[in-house]
Amino acid sequence: MSTVALTEAHHGSAAGREWSGSAPKRIVTGYGFWIFILSDMIMFAAFFATYAVLVGQTAGGPTGDDLFDLRNVAIETAFLLASSFTCGLASIAADTRNTSVFQTAMAVTCAFGLGFLFLEGQEFASLVADGAGPTRSAFLSAFFTLVGCHGLHVSAGILWLLTMMAQVFTKGFRPDIQRRILCFALFWHALDIIWIAVFTIVYLLGSAT
Amino acid sequence: MLGKLTWDAIPLDQPIPMISSGVVVLAILAVLGWVVIKRHLPYLWREWITSVDHKRIGVMYTLLAMVMLLRGFADAIMMRAQQALAFHSQGFLPPEHYDQVFSAHGTIMIFFVAMPFMIGLMNLIVPLQLGVRDVAFPTLNSVGFWLTATGALLVNISLVVGEFARTGWLPYPPLSELAYSPGVGVDYYLWSLEISGVGTLVAGINLVTTVLKVRTKGMSLLRMPMFCWTTLATNLLIVAAFPVLTATLAMLLLDRYLGFHFFTNEAGGNMMMFMNLIWIWGHPEVYILVLPAFGIFSEVISTFSGKPLFGYRSMVAATMAICILSFMVWLHHFFTMGAGADVNAIFGIATMIIAVPTGVKVFNWLFTMYGGRVRFQTPLLWSIGFMVTFIIGGMTGVLMAVPPVAFVLHNSLFLVAHFHNVIIGGVLFGAFAGYTYWFPKAFGFKLHEGLGKAAFWCWLIGFYVAFMPLYVLGLLGMTRRMQHYDVPEWHPWLIVAACGAGLIMCGIVLQIVQLVVSIRQRAQLRDETGDPWDGRSLEWATASPPPAFNFAVLPVVSGEDTYWKFKRRAAGQTRSDEEPKYEAIEIPRNSPTGFVCAFFATIMGFALIWHIWWMVVAGAIGAFATFVAFAWRDHDEDIIPADEVARIDGSNRAQRHAILIREAAE
Repeated sequence: MSTVALTEAHHGSAAGREWSGSAPKRIVTGYGFWIFILSDMIMFAAFFATYAVLVGQTAGGPTGDDLFDLRNVAIETAFLLASSFTCGLASIAADTRNTSVFQTAMAVTCAFGLGFLFLEGQEFASLVADGAGPTRSAFLSAFFTLVGCHGLHVSAGILWLLTMMAQVFTKGFRPDIQRRILCFALFWHALDIIWIAVFTIVYLLGSAT
Repeated sequence: MLGKLTWDAIPLDQPIPMISSGVVVLAILAVLGWVVIKRHLPYLWREWITSVDHKRIGVMYTLLAMVMLLRGFADAIMMRAQQALAFHSQGFLPPEHYDQVFSAHGTIMIFFVAMPFMIGLMNLIVPLQLGVRDVAFPTLNSVGFWLTATGALLVNISLVVGEFARTGWLPYPPLSELAYSPGVGVDYYLWSLEISGVGTLVAGINLVTTVLKVRTKGMSLLRMPMFCWTTLATNLLIVAAFPVLTATLAMLLLDRYLGFHFFTNEAGGNMMMFMNLIWIWGHPEVYILVLPAFGIFSEVISTFSGKPLFGYRSMVAATMAICILSFMVWLHHFFTMGAGADVNAIFGIATMIIAVPTGVKVFNWLFTMYGGRVRFQTPLLWSIGFMVTFIIGGMTGVLMAVPPVAFVLHNSLFLVAHFHNVIIGGVLFGAFAGYTYWFPKAFGFKLHEGLGKAAFWCWLIGFYVAFMPLYVLGLLGMTRRMQHYDVPEWHPWLIVAACGAGLIMCGIVLQIVQLVVSIRQRAQLRDETGDPWDGRSLEWATASPPPAFNFAVLPVVSGEDTYWKFKRRAAGQTRSDEEPKYEAIEIPRNSPTGFVCAFFATIMGFALIWHIWWMVVAGAIGAFATFVAFAWRDHDEDIIPADEVARIDGSNRAQRHAILIREAAE
């Protein structure tokens, strides 16, 4: 353009190693969402660090060992891991544009997610009923915040999941919807990774003391 | 129905906030009235408010920053006047008001002046320098801007409705806990920063992805202009640091709203954890602000010296080293907290190490100027002013990195002088250099040179007169944030400092005059070539202001200082280049998503501050519905047909060609 040409006449020589221009949209979107997930992990890292600092500060109240019901937590973990598997099936179905498999897999994912939330809600409710709510001690404040933050993410994920099901139902597998499904899947799997850390650091280590 | 909100929230008995906010409200109404009467509203809505064009968003960020600079400076001059008067007296600001003023000053200057100024310039320039048509996520970019504006709006609402925090710009517990700050001030602070923090994170993700994935052909990482590198480093820091701020402020919110015990005195809470968490964000934040300024200086110094940047690769290395090291020094903000000699020593040494890459940069800038054909125009004056000032600020910083010294100077005006020395001398001078340098690119005409220089000298001298006395005062033992004092030795220095603030005010007035005069004389100041400074990077390769699609044909890059090379090659050719082959261009379609989403975020933030729970729910549903509506639209791109591109670019080419022939004839 203009009187100064912005292209080089001879640029073939090193073309193999050259940067070949902007990445396609799917790559750019996925990459950006990965960056978001990393930032989200850092937020969780802050909550984990806080929990680690405050885990001993029970103010004479109950410790993790007194409170945690590992059977309940095992079922929650199983629900989430199974939901990750069905979420993967939904991704494959989206790639092959198989609407019925996609909707079924997403519905099952949603059911597992809701089951997880129900169990977590039950756990929280019973803790509060036993006088071990978040205002009892710094330890419980940190516990409720860390685990509750993960639970909030799962809730947001379910809202997103339902929106994606509705989008595929009304609009089909458009490229922009495919990209959103990709991001949703990344988000859902990332929540699983965070849950593994919650499960290990909060529940397993907490019960071992 | 309205939670804690009653008529008592409006300070009818206090003249200062009532009069100042009255003036602000009148000014806003006047501007709105003018816009409506002149029928500019559809234009504003179509071309600016709903725009997803990175250039428009960049300009709006910068405008927000400059308006908020006036607010932050009004706070500053009130504080200087108060301290100049408050010797053996109460001055004119009562303590509870003075405390709000210094808290608001810091919060506004960091979050709503320095941040949007830098993010605005990055938005405006980085895609142009990378030779592409937009950022990675244009609509999210708009969302990010409007959420930042929401935060700024909430802080300013606190002037009229309720109060602002009295805790300082970082709300240290236990003072910021409900027991000691029962009012809504801290809540205003927390919610406006949570909301604008989301906006900043979005901007960070967007710009990281842009720099790493959206570059024109041949623009490998080590061919990027320095400003793109510092943009990358800054936004990596945003992505890594802002989530910590979000989490920390969320914990304080939980303490205040739901009786949690993160930072309280009782039930095992640990307030020292707050200092650690907030500074794990806060120290990288310093570099988030100053790294883009380093990038601007690199561009300006290289352009106005007519030379490539000296030691480009060492500059890249220094930038990335600072990026990493900035996460390893947070503890130097509270050496006196009692972490112990070993820990303090480690963090003190780590802090001093940062001076090494920074020193590399300063020498690179000096060597870039050395032997160059230096043109002392306003952007370069800001850069030289920066180098001198920043070195002084850097050295007082290294001084305070020595833990025993920190014990003496901790919380004194010496510290206040130090961080103003680096933030005004580094960040703000950088912002002004970038503003003057890139203004013609954004608007198609230069800023008035003489007035720019006058503003620069007022700022520079004003800065020294205002802040050098604070170093002395710190050494005389004056602590920061004092509403009144009885020490006669301090009084003369504080009067001098107030005079300095007056000089800075002259600088600001001159900058406003400069803007008005430049707009009136825009015909004479017109930039017809798109390259007013004989620039080196690709933003100068397109028209000023650039068309919506930036480049009619995407440039192909074959080395550093791309545009400089193109120009040299073109100069050696006698024939004019043939007409490029134009193709239709897709550009992202405008969307009100950002504005509508921020509208609901404002409602939600305000409702959360005043405990109006039904309104919180309404705002949340509105924000979610906005995103769903956005996700449901069927066309997210507009097509500019090839002949339209040819028409726009053709007229630009003809104009430039005419100038080239005219210059050759001369």
